[in-house]
Amino acid sequence: MSLDPSHTQTPHLGLFVSGLCKSYGPVQVLADASFEVRPGEVVALLGENGAGKSTVSNIIAGSTKPDAGSITWRGKPYSPASPAEAIDAGVGMIHQELKLLPDLSVAENVYVGRLLMRGGRIDRAAMNAQASAQLRRLGLDVSPERKVRTLRIAAQQQVEIAKALTLNAELLIFDEPTAALGSEETELLFKQIRKLKAEGMSFIYISHRLDEIAEIADRVVVMRDGRIVARHERADIPVRTVVEQMVGRSVERMFPPLSEPGSETLLEVENLSSPERSFQNVSFSVRTGEILGIAGLIGAGRTELVRAIAGADPISSGSVRVAGKPVHLNGPAAAIKAGVVLVPEDRKAQGVVLDQTIGENLAIGNFDHVAPNGWVFPRAVQKFAEAGIGRLGVKGRPNQAISKLSGGNQQKVIIAKWISRPPKVFILDEPTRGIDVGARAAIYDVIADLARSGMAVVVVSSDLEEVLGLSHRVLVLSRGRQRGILDRSEASNVAVMELATS
Amino acid sequence: MAVSNGASELKAGPNAQAAAGAKLSALFAGTMGPLIGLVLLCLALSLTTDTFLTVRNILNVLDQVTVLGIMAIGMTLVILIGGIDLSVGSVLALAAMVMGFVAHPDYLNLGMPAGIVTALVVAGLCGLVSGLLVTVTKLPPFIATLAMMSVARGLANMITDGSQIIGFPDWFTSLSIIRHFGFLSVTVGLMIVLAIIFAIFLNYRATGRSLYAIGGSAEVARLSGIPVKSLTNWVYAICGVLAGLAGIVLAARLDSVQPSSGFGYELDTIAAVVIGGASLSGGVGSIGGTAIGVLIIGVLRNGLNLLGVSPFIQQVVIGVVIALAVATDTWRRRTQ
Repeated sequence: MSLDPSHTQTPHLGLFVSGLCKSYGPVQVLADASFEVRPGEVVALLGENGAGKSTVSNIIAGSTKPDAGSITWRGKPYSPASPAEAIDAGVGMIHQELKLLPDLSVAENVYVGRLLMRGGRIDRAAMNAQASAQLRRLGLDVSPERKVRTLRIAAQQQVEIAKALTLNAELLIFDEPTAALGSEETELLFKQIRKLKAEGMSFIYISHRLDEIAEIADRVVVMRDGRIVARHERADIPVRTVVEQMVGRSVERMFPPLSEPGSETLLEVENLSSPERSFQNVSFSVRTGEILGIAGLIGAGRTELVRAIAGADPISSGSVRVAGKPVHLNGPAAAIKAGVVLVPEDRKAQGVVLDQTIGENLAIGNFDHVAPNGWVFPRAVQKFAEAGIGRLGVKGRPNQAISKLSGGNQQKVIIAKWISRPPKVFILDEPTRGIDVGARAAIYDVIADLARSGMAVVVVSSDLEEVLGLSHRVLVLSRGRQRGILDRSEASNVAVMELATS
Repeated sequence: MAVSNGASELKAGPNAQAAAGAKLSALFAGTMGPLIGLVLLCLALSLTTDTFLTVRNILNVLDQVTVLGIMAIGMTLVILIGGIDLSVGSVLALAAMVMGFVAHPDYLNLGMPAGIVTALVVAGLCGLVSGLLVTVTKLPPFIATLAMMSVARGLANMITDGSQIIGFPDWFTSLSIIRHFGFLSVTVGLMIVLAIIFAIFLNYRATGRSLYAIGGSAEVARLSGIPVKSLTNWVYAICGVLAGLAGIVLAARLDSVQPSSGFGYELDTIAAVVIGGASLSGGVGSIGGTAIGVLIIGVLRNGLNLLGVSPFIQQVVIGVVIALAVATDTWRRRTQ
């Protein structure tokens, strides 16, 4: 690693970013950021949420203007005033949330804003031919006339890349491109990146998945609190080193020690199947104080399974028993009553009401507790909220807007919402998605405590380390089928991945 | 409770004063902007006319806003859960016609009580059907209630083939005319009582608070065990009943019912709720805010009449007020 500014001295026709600064009001989100991207290389930009990665990329892609600093691109000063100007200069950005028009065709999306014309009419034949040529260059066999809505996420991403290629992009910025991709799709994307790289294209690659950085990146730039804290000339650096640089301290203990589970079986799932066949014939049980991890690739049916157990989605057959009693899965209310609670996958859309305060969010779903006679008095809400906030160490006050909290604290509020019942079965779907690395350990502690207090805990996660580090046993799903349950002692990266890809 | 909520935010100042301030701000939470607008409007009208600030005129304003006010209570609930009800004007007309048809000597002649009850039931059913179209058929509320708006208007016309029914018992019409205790007609009293009941319901009942959760995020509410569908049905049904009640109040004021009445009222009602600070995307709004919105529209109409401004210009002014109210609200939210 080097913090020596001499790295910008090598002359080449790539991208030089030097001294970029950006503040929003009193908050400086970017301070003196300098790095370079050489032609034909992939530079990984790493950092926690809020470290400044997005700000840097948005400046390079023309959607944000810096307060100070300069950029040189292909030997000329470069200061795009809009994304259109950046695109004209050959700089494109593939956003995490794809910016496609779902009801238009693939070809129309590729050529949106500059539809090919002939004699005053849209030249669909030429557009389709050229779009499909670009898609073939990416190794994708999709009809250019198909509606984008009907494509899988991975294919939609390819359409975005194809669009950038027809715009003659020479620098592509990827923001979390693999967040929604399965492992095969990720492999395909990497293959394309390598191919385009060989043709001389440059990439800035933002990702939270540290394991894939070593595979795809040539060099690594680590950011923290708006500053660049480390530059690595190689990408195969230990994950731990990178994490420590990202959080700015050494990560001593990511996962808390697990306590011994009890002997009583709390949750029994038998031959559960979904009407859409997203999972079939799943059977497992969880004891008091036990944490069961559920692993699998994207689309393996993990989220669908736990949502069904929590009554959020219908089932077609099978049964769920809690403490020996069958649960009638006809809605979340029945499951909650039976003692099964869910911390859902999508925090912002399913977990919290962003318009409301922390106290109000805690009270939702607990009115029977907060208001035994149906009367909700603010004093009772306040008291209830203070108890939950105190118990989980949420950094906030009951009457504060929940939207002002960090992801980790919002997640704690969602957990705190259920903890007072107390539930028998606690299900957490992707409990640390979008949460800073540094804040994750606190969530892990909370999860371990849930088990220690005697609940049966089920944790779904795409982060394999997380599943392995937290669980007593790991259930592996692949294409909706249960491939096996591994004990902590036998559950390793390799063992789980073997089952998950079977 | 609200007092301690607010008080804990205030760091300095005498406790009693802080508590009082907090209480006031809690009561009008999120409605400060519209409230200031209303006060300024009243001040301006008091200064420019001799007649605005008289007991007689203020009572007139209250009389004039009863129909709008009662409908706006129901609309507040619907907008709170992220819905919209375009059918209230038509349902008002249908309920009034049903009441006339059942009660009037020229038709079924079953007496006023039977007429009123039937009218409220029919109005409630209209609302329930809208609700079911939203929850079961999954129609967007805009479309479901647009359909109901057309159906209810058609039914209202079918009852008498488009003609009006005139003449109700004296005791009925006097409900809106005789001012008890020297100031309060039964209909105005009804509006005020309903507003208080629904304000308490929304603020302090678990079900009322659940409506805010549904409007904030229906999926979060559902996953939290709140019966979103059945509450949604109830809300549309109640909105229908209140629209029917408004139709009965209008009948008492006019001593007649006609199938064309209430035309366009749905837009006035939505305007009042929105001026009162409610968000059309749901989860934000209050009866207090709606009351202020209703009064702003009422005072504006009354004041412009007193000033002799033509009805055409009044329409323009009210349009401008709607845009201004929502624009300031949006701007305030963004800068928070």
